[in-house]
Amino acid sequence: MKSEFTQPIGKISNINGQCIPLIGNDIDTDRIIPARFLKCVNFDSLGESVFADDRKKLKGKHPFDLKENKNASILVVNSNFGCGSSREHAPQALLRWGIKAIIGESFADIFYSNCIAIGIPCFTLTKELIQKIQKHKDDKFLFLEIDLKKSLAKSKDLNFNLEIKESSRKMFLSGEWDATSTLLENESLIENKCNDLPYLEFNNYLL
Amino acid sequence: MSQDTLFDKVWDLHKVSRLPGGSDQIFIGLHLIHEVTSPQAFGALKDKNLKVKFPNRTVATVDHIVPTDDQSRPFKDDLAEQMIDTLEKNCLEHKIRFFNIGSGNQGIVHVVAPELGLTQPGMTIACGDSHTSTHGAFGSIAFGIGTSQVRDVLATQTIAMNKLKVRQIWCDNKLSKGVYAKDLVLHIINELGVKAGVGFAYEFAGPAIDELSMEERMTICNMSIEGGARCGYINPDEKTFSYIKDKLCAPQNEHWDKALAWWESLKSDENSIYDDVIKLDASKVEPTVTWGITPGQSISINEQIPLLNDLSPNDKLVAKEAYEYMSFKPGQYIKETPVDVCFIGSCTNGRISDLRVAAKVLKNKKISKNVKAFVVPGSEKVATKAKQEGLDQIFKESGFQWREPGCSMCLAMNSDKLIGNQVSASSSNRNFKGRQGSPSGRTLLMSPAMVAAAAINGKVSDVREFIN
Repeated sequence: MKSEFTQPIGKISNINGQCIPLIGNDIDTDRIIPARFLKCVNFDSLGESVFADDRKKLKGKHPFDLKENKNASILVVNSNFGCGSSREHAPQALLRWGIKAIIGESFADIFYSNCIAIGIPCFTLTKELIQKIQKHKDDKFLFLEIDLKKSLAKSKDLNFNLEIKESSRKMFLSGEWDATSTLLENESLIENKCNDLPYLEFNNYLL
Repeated sequence: MSQDTLFDKVWDLHKVSRLPGGSDQIFIGLHLIHEVTSPQAFGALKDKNLKVKFPNRTVATVDHIVPTDDQSRPFKDDLAEQMIDTLEKNCLEHKIRFFNIGSGNQGIVHVVAPELGLTQPGMTIACGDSHTSTHGAFGSIAFGIGTSQVRDVLATQTIAMNKLKVRQIWCDNKLSKGVYAKDLVLHIINELGVKAGVGFAYEFAGPAIDELSMEERMTICNMSIEGGARCGYINPDEKTFSYIKDKLCAPQNEHWDKALAWWESLKSDENSIYDDVIKLDASKVEPTVTWGITPGQSISINEQIPLLNDLSPNDKLVAKEAYEYMSFKPGQYIKETPVDVCFIGSCTNGRISDLRVAAKVLKNKKISKNVKAFVVPGSEKVATKAKQEGLDQIFKESGFQWREPGCSMCLAMNSDKLIGNQVSASSSNRNFKGRQGSPSGRTLLMSPAMVAAAAINGKVSDVREFIN
């Protein structure tokens, strides 16, 4: 785990970093951060516990423990990554370990929205390309430069397009991925919507 | 793109605006919170100097961390105590209704809201918990959110979200005797796969779904997320309306008729358009048990664990991992697998009807001496009702421990955990590696009736042999 942690903020248009491959389909959020670490009232200390059980089992051989991955920041995963529990603790733990972007075959819906909400862009690629990156050993590791404006990634010898939801891409480029203030701008529309809801009048308990 | 489905109607009704990025701003009619995913959200509000916008649209209870044996305060676990204390303070400060332990209405958030009548057709419901899909059983659009989105709902009562596609899962005929909603939903997840639902809302429909009780429908919608669908729902009908009627928060008097007329109008139109339709025959479903490490890895009670070559290339990687983790051999029968722990409870199967079914199997029987078995009612209301019906006695006489309500060993955030590589027969929803509290613990998901049968025999059994 990196010593200094800085929360992402504002516009995100370029991510340059070393890739860390993590092989496996359907890696769930219980594995990313086991439930016992959810007993906390802030996210601060989650970084060191990311993949706690998987790492313990592999006794230093888990990608997150390998010396060569110490400074990695782009996680490369397979399909349905982050399935299961909605715990934001999972991407928060990855972020605090040092992950700044994730490239995968596919992501679970809630995990994906959690990543976007905390400033981790998630990109998709074909299975073949993912496997190529995961196996890339030329320099022991792969250093990627991601350009979000062009949805492009390049390394010394690789060049490929990355897929990302257009709404997410726009949010990162404009810096509006931290949604609260954007949502609050529509305060009067929210009030109107609330007053228009048919169940307002007969939901006598809540209101 | 789907048109005129219940999902489309409810989504459009709650749409506040189209955001600059292209996603929709959606109003959340009911926000449910609990102790695990809310403290950081309240913290973020404080940091941003924001207030809770509509405190009366958020309801809180405590479920994930509560001990199920000794619930006296302070809890023995300091961290658990800190979490409940933080929730109490946040609810007090922001004037949020909180159903605490001992209120008579505490319990698993997805059990509590429907039994209070808070969950109603046509609402959007969000909660920092993936099993929020449960509430879709009432024809509401309900989905799990992360903590940042909990913050957004507290601050604005809205979230930013891309509209989901709609897949109808049409279930023909009806379930056979000894086959339950849990078996059906495990079967569906197995058929479609654990990621088929990504980007979709699932509409469950057809004669087999119509036939189900409200509590069974909740079991189905609850596990939509295990099939990758963040949201699952069922069109409301007479059963829905009569379940809600006279509940504490149900529409009263003249409002009832208005509500009813509106709810009727929400159903997916007969000629509505779906992004996808899947049909299956519910009468073919048999008691189903998971053998692996995802809820999609399941087989019928009399089937063998699949051989690697029988699986699609995409499923092979996880299957290999599963054989190793579970210490199962391909081709091995699941029936007769010895179990160490039997758990009945959770937001999937911790309701009164689940307890009734299990108690019926256990009546006048003793569980195996090799098994530790416990039942955790889904809520204080479920516990009270069960006691009135004498179900607690049946459980206790059979050898089951009777516990206090909470999430318990579904995710093992309290002291109810597997030890070492114990095998559990569990009525919960996830068989992920380490899910039930031991990093090498093994979970077999099944219906509560099947858990009861496994407890009696000390091994995975066919409940149909007990009920004929």
